[in-house]
Amino acid sequence: MTEAREYLADEPLIIGELALGSRLLVGTGKYETFEQTAEALAISGTECVTVAVRRVNLDAAKGPSLLDHIDRQRYHVLPNTAGCFDAESAIRTAVLARDVLDTRLVKLEVLGDEKTLLPDPVGTLEAAKELVAQDFDVLVYCSDDPRMCVHLAEAGVKSVMPAGSPIGSGQGVLNPNAIRIILELVDGLPVIVDAGVGTASDVCAAMELGVGGVLLNTAVANATEPLRMAEAMKQACFAGRQAYLAGRIPAKLYANASSPMEGRIAGAAR
Amino acid sequence: MMPARAAEHPESMKIRLNGEEREVTENLTVAELVGELGLSPRQVAVEVNRELVPRSERDTARLSEGDEIEMVTLVGGG
Repeated sequence: MTEAREYLADEPLIIGELALGSRLLVGTGKYETFEQTAEALAISGTECVTVAVRRVNLDAAKGPSLLDHIDRQRYHVLPNTAGCFDAESAIRTAVLARDVLDTRLVKLEVLGDEKTLLPDPVGTLEAAKELVAQDFDVLVYCSDDPRMCVHLAEAGVKSVMPAGSPIGSGQGVLNPNAIRIILELVDGLPVIVDAGVGTASDVCAAMELGVGGVLLNTAVANATEPLRMAEAMKQACFAGRQAYLAGRIPAKLYANASSPMEGRIAGAAR
Repeated sequence: MMPARAAEHPESMKIRLNGEEREVTENLTVAELVGELGLSPRQVAVEVNRELVPRSERDTARLSEGDEIEMVTLVGGG
């Protein structure tokens, strides 16, 4: 593995009590089979996977279950409150998830409406405060609004997860400057770009901004070849992180020759 | 004297489980309900009337007529 080389040394991503070697967090929705889910997770190299909380299917109660396909020795399981449109449902969902998984972790989502799936800031902040009070380690999905992220940080969440673009839209990070400002304002709190990733370059670009990690799901699950995309995402995350750590050159308007200007043969001067 | 049929056919009661009305045995515990449904106890969580019944209390928590129950598990999600 290239990761073992000394000049590529990196620190783990610390979120509350979690220390993640991989900075890619991967969702488990929309795959064709549980087997494909498990294979994509393994290829992606992730150490943290998200799941959703839903009513049991009473007609197929004895059927296969996602949990049978997730090795909890290998992955931290991060339950989400996806599909909640008010703080109360999100809190109930988190409490239910904690009882199944025996975990303090929750990825809080309080959404505004079904068409945009944009986070509702008022409900999100209200739920975040309550969940922190109930001793959850809250990772919170939010829009890329720097001031909202400051409010969430002050509420005691363990990570802010601004959307690069709407959930499942595949538009990438639409406002990298907002992400840059968030990184400055939350002062060391892990920032994870959540939602909007379409392809590998989106992950790479997000990581180059200096975010702690990227959470994605649809971009892998709905790719024509999910397993190949899982590998691409792994490499993009690694590449972007290394480029960030390496420190890029500033972008300039004019050229800067790589070959020396001195010692050229005689010719017309410009 | 108790009528003989009472032991063979215990009284039933109506609850609402995940939004659907259902007849179950009277005084059923939450653990028994999970078992009757054929669910793996470790893969579900149960709310009765919007309050979590923690896993450790399922054996003692008894259901009553008209209880509204939410029973959830974990599914794929992002």
